[in-house]
Amino acid sequence: MKYVVASLFRVTWGFSLAAVIAIPLGLTIGWYRRAEMAVNPLVQILRPISPLAWIPIAILWYGVGDMAAIFLIFVGCFFPLLLTAMSAVHNVAPVYVNVGRNFGLSTPDFIYRVLYPAVVPQLITGSRITLGIAWLVVVAAEMIAVSSGLGFLIVDARNAGNRYDLVLAGMVIIGAIGLLLDLAMRSLERVKSFRWGYSEN
Amino acid sequence: MGPADTTTALDAKLRAEHVGMVFDRDGKSVSVLEHINLDVRNGEFICMVGPSGCGKTTLLNVMGGFLSPTSGSVTIDREVVHGPDPRRILVFQEQGVFPWLTVEGNIGFGLSKLSAADRSERIAHYVQMMRLQGFENTYPSDLSGGMKQRLQVARALAVNPDILYLDEPFGALDSVTRLIMRGELLRIWQTERRTIIFVTHDIDEAVQLADRVVVLSSRPAKIQDVLTIDIPHPRNISSARYLEHRDDLLKKIGLAYTV
Repeated sequence: MKYVVASLFRVTWGFSLAAVIAIPLGLTIGWYRRAEMAVNPLVQILRPISPLAWIPIAILWYGVGDMAAIFLIFVGCFFPLLLTAMSAVHNVAPVYVNVGRNFGLSTPDFIYRVLYPAVVPQLITGSRITLGIAWLVVVAAEMIAVSSGLGFLIVDARNAGNRYDLVLAGMVIIGAIGLLLDLAMRSLERVKSFRWGYSEN
Repeated sequence: MGPADTTTALDAKLRAEHVGMVFDRDGKSVSVLEHINLDVRNGEFICMVGPSGCGKTTLLNVMGGFLSPTSGSVTIDREVVHGPDPRRILVFQEQGVFPWLTVEGNIGFGLSKLSAADRSERIAHYVQMMRLQGFENTYPSDLSGGMKQRLQVARALAVNPDILYLDEPFGALDSVTRLIMRGELLRIWQTERRTIIFVTHDIDEAVQLADRVVVLSSRPAKIQDVLTIDIPHPRNISSARYLEHRDDLLKKIGLAYTV
């Protein structure tokens, strides 16, 4: 149970930090085409690097501990969220932008009352997928960079005398929690003012 | 509603002078509008018709300030139009309402400067006028196409604009709903007296609604003709005079009487 809390703690921090930085940044970059042209090559080079490839650097910078694991999750979440936010802006129907301009909204009003509600459904979908990634990364990170959490549980169980019962138990817990996280994100998609962004079913 | 063809500069609400629009497409310049000259009186109902793709929507966007003309100018109350303004609202063909707001939220969208009491009073007024009672807290995804368009018109009227631009607002609706919507629009126009500029490709729609019908040519669009429809409302759409006007318009567009 302690291990579940440790893993969730890292995912929460890594994912939240990435969301707080990547989403506003992605929205801004997506809005200004020129910024996008400038930043895109860098993003496309960094994006295909597996978060696991950052493990040595994470340990070098932060040592073995929570910070390294959180950093790895942050890296794993940052680019998917950035790209989601950029494409979300592109997909905002021009008619909403025009209506916003027509009613004479100031820039902060426009962002808050038109842009933000128009992108939220796409951000939720992107976050759902990204949270799945975060949950994958945390297990891998914990196998190497820390000595607690579900990933550590699995490796430790194997090393401490081939306790494959504990390995399987760890895997089942990981699966169950992943499912719960996904369900929690999905419930957001049913909020009435977001629901329009998803196909009717 | 007067039949006067000549409009003096003094009482022109909106005036387009030598408006031209050239787009740059793949390095080639495409002329969309040429030498558009038009005076619109305060409170007048203008319909613009023309072949599809001729530039009607472009002209409306120029008048609304969403596009700057490459030559000429549009003036409203003798002020040159430089951008969109809440005093003149454009109603789009479809999808113009915000799906994340309820009916009330949409109507109140442009009313954030009013006090809460004034705002809810205004919203209630337009809910009633547009016959959306009982749907105040409904989201647009649960409304019919006709109701969404009524909602869009309500949101536009709520900010009390001088001019209402409508871009084929009923184009995506079925023919019965369209007929009802025209009646509603006329009723509102007669009670609230706004200047209306209405783009349509439907000849009957134009003859039923307009004081004057502006006929645009195919691209690059020029004003080919301006017809005055001097039949008082409500118009009998099978009367000889109505048919005469309609046939006249069809002839101007170059269409035969028969299908």
